[in-house]
Amino acid sequence: MRIKEHPILTFPERKRVKFTFDGKELEGYEGEPIAAALHAAGVRVLRHSPRLNRPRGFYCAIGNCSSCLMVVDGMPNVRVCVEKLKAGMRVETQKGKGDLRAKD
Amino acid sequence: MICVQRTEIAIVGAGPAGLSAAASAASAGAAVTLLDRQEQCGGQLIKQTHAFFGSEKQYASVRGIDIARLLTEQVRALPNVEILNEATVLGYYQDDGVLAFEKDDRFQKIKPERLIIATGASERTLAFPNNDLPGIYGAGAVQTLMNVYGVVPGRRVLMVGAGNIGLIVSYQLLQAGVEVAAIIEAAPKIGGYLVHAAKVRRMGVPILTSWTIKMAHGQDAVEGATIWQLDEKWQPVPGTERELEVDVICIAVGLSPLAELLWQAGCAMKYVPELGGHVPVRSELMETTVPGIYVAGDVAGVEEASSAMVEGRLAGLAAAQSLGYGLTDAAGLIEEAQRQLESLRCGPVGEKIRRGLAQVGR
Repeated sequence: MRIKEHPILTFPERKRVKFTFDGKELEGYEGEPIAAALHAAGVRVLRHSPRLNRPRGFYCAIGNCSSCLMVVDGMPNVRVCVEKLKAGMRVETQKGKGDLRAKD
Repeated sequence: MICVQRTEIAIVGAGPAGLSAAASAASAGAAVTLLDRQEQCGGQLIKQTHAFFGSEKQYASVRGIDIARLLTEQVRALPNVEILNEATVLGYYQDDGVLAFEKDDRFQKIKPERLIIATGASERTLAFPNNDLPGIYGAGAVQTLMNVYGVVPGRRVLMVGAGNIGLIVSYQLLQAGVEVAAIIEAAPKIGGYLVHAAKVRRMGVPILTSWTIKMAHGQDAVEGATIWQLDEKWQPVPGTERELEVDVICIAVGLSPLAELLWQAGCAMKYVPELGGHVPVRSELMETTVPGIYVAGDVAGVEEASSAMVEGRLAGLAAAQSLGYGLTDAAGLIEEAQRQLESLRCGPVGEKIRRGLAQVGR
């Protein structure tokens, strides 16, 4: 899902880092939004809605709409479309509203 | 204790409007603090790979991504501008004239003598069954994902909306190697420039006017869409349904001004559909009904980056002038900016904008 060739843009090789998504190890570029790394790895479902448990992905990709909330390193409600990926991050699908007390 | 920082002019948003406002206000001599939530300045220009129209003064035939770089360099070269990136403005305290923002995980405050709001706009969504499925993205979101982060949204896309954003993003999807099944448009006419429409048509993408989306399909994410035709009264015609196998649906149905700070500040607002929703009542110098608070760009009415830049220059000059700066040449520059805006909005393309603006004068 990464663009390899483009008539106008070049995407220089960046540092690859490992992170986990629901316990599974994935790779992405350091500093890119978590949502971009997940999308590149084929992950589109980021959370499940509080009432009807419906799958949700991102919508605006610039931090406006809060469709992409996930649990990152134990912290719920992180907008992964603007949160930068770091090595070793633990990213989890958010169910419902997320529990702040669960943060470690 | 939280101390309150001070500045002469605070500008919220470092897109085309905010950057232009910072450049003109600081060039006139004012001390400026420019706040933006992103790591880099440029706003939505940073994903716009297409060349701009308009006249030379608004960087015609330069790509948006290059305009972002040029404007940012220009502002960075001015010693009296402080740029605060990764600073998210959280609110405006009307009684104290204090702007609150989050930076470095800290709650901070700044009290400016003048405030320019250039927060831009957000993408609208559309109501249809299953419109919340992953794989249904704003067209601008797809542009960000591809052109800033180098990731394609999927294999095959249905584009909903044939305004400029829908047409341009369709072309950029093709450039990134993604198939575009169709562009559908509820209106009987293509809304965007015909130059953009011709480009996607040449590449074999059908543009269906008077068509809309009936519903999306899929379990965990989009697997397809049903579209159907609209009659002359914009009502769907049963029996005209067509199934499209797509894994992405892009919504390009326009933008709404991000006006929360203006509401908080108590600016008089007016609902003007031609300008994208609720917009502030303002003077010819872009000052709202709250003295000292100015606006520029899409938050003042959804238009184009070219006019956002000129409005930014105008608001920056006016705010600086009200503080006693640039008195020798400000009047001439203000007149020049107003002339440029007039020429950008002339002709049939600017008709809707002119109609909208006629309703928001102070």
